[in-house]
Amino acid sequence: MKLNRKWLNEEFVDLSQVSDKEFVDTLTVFGQKVETYERMDAEIKNVVVGKVLSMVRHPNSDHMWICQVDVGKEEPVQIVTGAQNVHEGDLVPAALHNSWLPGGVHITKGKLRGELSNGMLCSFAELGLTQNDFPDAYADGIWILNNEDCQVGQDINLVIGNDDTVVDFEITNNRPDCYSIIGLAREAAAAFGKEMKHHEPVVKGSNAGSIYDYLDVEVPATELCNRYSSRMVANVKIGPSPKWLRQRLRANGVRPINNIVDITNYVMLEYGQPMHAFDYRYVSSGKIVVREAEEGETLTTLDGNVRNLKAGMLVIADENRAIGLAGIMGGENSEILDDTTMVVFESANFNGTSIRQTALALGMRTEASGKFEKSLDPMMTIPAVQRACELVEMLQCGDVLEGTIDVINYVPETRTLPLECDKINRLLGTDISKEDMVKYLNLLEIPVEGDQILVPSFRPDLVRMADIAEEVGRSYGYNEIPTTAFKTSTQGGYTKEMKLEAKAGTLCRGMGYSEIITYSFVSPTIFDQIRLPEDSPLRNALRIQNPLGEDTSIMRTIALPSMMDILSRNNAYHNKAVKLYELAKIYLPVEGQPLPEEPKMLLLGTYGANETFFTLKGELEAIFAGLRLKKTSYTAQKNNPSYHPGRCASVSIDGVEVGVLGQVHPLVAKNYGIDTDVYCAEINFTKLMTCLLPDATYIPLPKYPSVSRDLALVCDEAVTVAQAEYVITAAAGKLLRSVKLFDIYRGTGVPEGKKSMAFSLELRADDRTLTDTDSETVVNKVLAALKEKLDAVLR
Amino acid sequence: MKEQLEQIKVNALAALDAAETPAALEELRVKLLGKKGELTAVLKQMGKLSAEERPVMGQLANSVRAQIEQKLEDRKAAIHAAVLEAKLAAEAIDVTIPGETVPLGHQHPMNQVLQEIKDIFVGLGYQVVDGPEVELASYNFTRLNIEEGHPSRDRSDTFYFTDDDSVLLRTQTSPMQIRFMENHKPPFCMLAPGRVFRKDEADATHSPMFHQIEGLVVDEHITMGDLKGALITMMRKIYGADSEMRFRPHHFPFTEPSCEMDMQCHKCHGTGEIDGQVCSTCHGEGWIELLGAGMVHPTVLENCGIDPDKYSGFAFGMGLERMAMGRMKINDLRLIFDNDIRFLNQF
Repeated sequence: MKLNRKWLNEEFVDLSQVSDKEFVDTLTVFGQKVETYERMDAEIKNVVVGKVLSMVRHPNSDHMWICQVDVGKEEPVQIVTGAQNVHEGDLVPAALHNSWLPGGVHITKGKLRGELSNGMLCSFAELGLTQNDFPDAYADGIWILNNEDCQVGQDINLVIGNDDTVVDFEITNNRPDCYSIIGLAREAAAAFGKEMKHHEPVVKGSNAGSIYDYLDVEVPATELCNRYSSRMVANVKIGPSPKWLRQRLRANGVRPINNIVDITNYVMLEYGQPMHAFDYRYVSSGKIVVREAEEGETLTTLDGNVRNLKAGMLVIADENRAIGLAGIMGGENSEILDDTTMVVFESANFNGTSIRQTALALGMRTEASGKFEKSLDPMMTIPAVQRACELVEMLQCGDVLEGTIDVINYVPETRTLPLECDKINRLLGTDISKEDMVKYLNLLEIPVEGDQILVPSFRPDLVRMADIAEEVGRSYGYNEIPTTAFKTSTQGGYTKEMKLEAKAGTLCRGMGYSEIITYSFVSPTIFDQIRLPEDSPLRNALRIQNPLGEDTSIMRTIALPSMMDILSRNNAYHNKAVKLYELAKIYLPVEGQPLPEEPKMLLLGTYGANETFFTLKGELEAIFAGLRLKKTSYTAQKNNPSYHPGRCASVSIDGVEVGVLGQVHPLVAKNYGIDTDVYCAEINFTKLMTCLLPDATYIPLPKYPSVSRDLALVCDEAVTVAQAEYVITAAAGKLLRSVKLFDIYRGTGVPEGKKSMAFSLELRADDRTLTDTDSETVVNKVLAALKEKLDAVLR
Repeated sequence: MKEQLEQIKVNALAALDAAETPAALEELRVKLLGKKGELTAVLKQMGKLSAEERPVMGQLANSVRAQIEQKLEDRKAAIHAAVLEAKLAAEAIDVTIPGETVPLGHQHPMNQVLQEIKDIFVGLGYQVVDGPEVELASYNFTRLNIEEGHPSRDRSDTFYFTDDDSVLLRTQTSPMQIRFMENHKPPFCMLAPGRVFRKDEADATHSPMFHQIEGLVVDEHITMGDLKGALITMMRKIYGADSEMRFRPHHFPFTEPSCEMDMQCHKCHGTGEIDGQVCSTCHGEGWIELLGAGMVHPTVLENCGIDPDKYSGFAFGMGLERMAMGRMKINDLRLIFDNDIRFLNQF
């Protein structure tokens, strides 16, 4: 919401002695945050009113003139112009040497076809103005200032009305009253501890007749229209508004159009009450009906666009057709024209949510709808329409008819609140006297009678003690409230899962993996990209009904695609070796529950020259060891379509499957544009919480030495290391402390279709040194079992 | 014989001095002191000496032997030292050759900042909690005093899963206030960081998914002065002890009174300009917005079964991305979710 300081100073509270910086800082800290502020004369520098003393033809040009211009200095300056509308004796804007015009245009002296020009004579467009700002000015040439109230040598900014500062406020949702000059003036006055001037609109009236003889208003849409007030003006003379009014509109970013439309815009700025003017000629049968649109009804709005309306949208209609989109924009069919002679002023209060939703649905937020959607004060319709009629009389552009039509569909509520000084001080941590509290509230125009606060209609946000505390607090000054330390003593900390997450992160980084953060929502195409079967339950994902786009329309049920996406992107950036991890939530719908489960997955993803299945597996094993998980087992998984069928393992702890690791299927990698081997692990981190070893306790270190026995076994290709380890472990008995694979060999000496696996067995007893016989016995048992179970023999 | 011994000594000492290798030394030792060595040969002649001469010569012989042995040991030590020195010299390397690379992973910059903040709050007695991101509208809006029809509930702002707008992606971490208060009795200090979602197209300063950190403190007699004290303490821990803070009134439906907290721009010290130019850090405002906060709205306390006449509290919420970007001078939000390893490895 914009506010120009001159209007504030002239009409409401004179703060002309306060600098812009102080004004802005004070209001910001008072609770009306200033987003930006700008001097209106910032763009135009060194442009003055000049008087053309003489003009002679340029010797080298058939259209240029050499002018001697009095710019208020001792000597006149010579300026060359190509314009043809200038005459000797005219007052014109003269941009002098080293002057600035809007848009960063810099004017310096120079020669035009050999003749010195010490500047430039300006058109109004070159000064950032439009025909609407100065309706009498000549558009195609130099702006002639003869009829403006100005003196030679005067800064042109003063002629334009740029000696002003425009301040743009961020208005919070709870303060719709501040979407008006009056509302902001109230805040500004209170912030500086001053009283504000009020003006009660006075309409003299005329003998042109009564509104009741011309107009009938019906409001069947009672829910959507709280109040509809209107007055009429006859004998209207459409013309430009006076300069002071145009300047105020321009300062606030509103384009002047004609006196009647300008009046409605002026009142909207001043009171925050949007208004509309209909040409009475086009209000069929003199009847205004405020009703909901019918499905498929159309209306051409003032901007020339045809609007297709939906049932439930609020329209202003006459007997036959819609003539305006309530609270948003008027209809073209009833717009004020140059020959309009009779006008209906509408000053209404519409349901904010309805207006907002209609504006949104039609994609046409306007100044008016922006105000209505904040829910305005219904008490404002009458003062606003009165003010409009007062301005009509002031501008002498018509005769106001007798009477006001005022349809009221709401029950005005007067609210009182007790002034609870103790509670307020207790909440704020202050010691403010009742007198001061009353003074603060009164400055904000909130009356207090005894211990009762009479909440004004423009402050519907004041409902309970805490709301009053805020008014008192900000008047006292938030920054003046003593800073204290509360005494509550509580134990801070993390949940168990958070601690484990932190540990997992540290371990992953220790393995060289860097952390990524990816979106929770993904494209439905991910399932095909990772070759998930059509009937996979993971395809049952939560779907966002109003996504930004298809690419972010479902909540991921699997985190692999997010990892693949980032690996793919890094591959596209030509990053040669990449190791990434993420602790990523997935969202699994639960039948019969409104909310999904949100388990966390630990994802590892990598590609690069040295990466293999076993580097990733080794890293995962180290991470698991670091997390102190129970014994983990890996079994081949041949049917996971996202992974290489021969290089994929499911990961289980205590018989519970916790995840998968492997080489990503080359077809999946290809779907992500990666033509190198990619390895990923997906671990359900939430499940790991139940797989933790108990806290470690000390196991005595061995007293007796261990014995190592190496066995090289020849067996069928199909026999796995896990099978061999299982047989060895089972057969060896309790003397076996560890069994480790140290070599696999195929080739000379080993028959075709067979392989040699070499294991190292560590044997040890807790109570004695093992003898050769002890180890022989164990080895023989192991070899016998291997022969029997796996047909494996010593090489 | 005396001359012989003297001669042996002189020759031996000279020969030992001349020896350069352990092998040459060993050869000399055998030649001089061995069973068939020169000294032994001379000593074998002792029998021919008179009884008077014998002890004298014996003493002399022993002295010669001792001197040779001593010399032998000295030379041995010197030669070993020289050999080691030569070996070490030969083993010299260019220590400026880079070390064997041990890959080191990096924590995402956002989580680095988050971790720091969480640790500060834990130290101040806050319990860190986590909660659902797919949330009920009643938690995200209704019970936070955000009424039906409020603009933030619009489908243009919030992602919904159901026709009746009852299930959504949480737009703020504030529903964690309700979830926490449902299950905990005051006094408590809670911190709830997490993902939130709003319907904004991704650009340099917007993302449809971002992170907030929510804080909540409820006890008897908590005041706005306490809110100020707590937030100033925390923010000074994060931004430095000399940071200047200010509070401005603001509006949030679930706090009253509400405020925003600004920090004085450290670049322009609140003036808004540097050398006559608009300060690029604070865009001329002189202050940088840090967070929104306020006293927990009595209606919200009531919604959670906490008596607002007995208890009061404060809540605050801040955006993690903005903090991380400011801290690390990241100028485009998209970098954060792009996860380019060249970006991640910078932190």
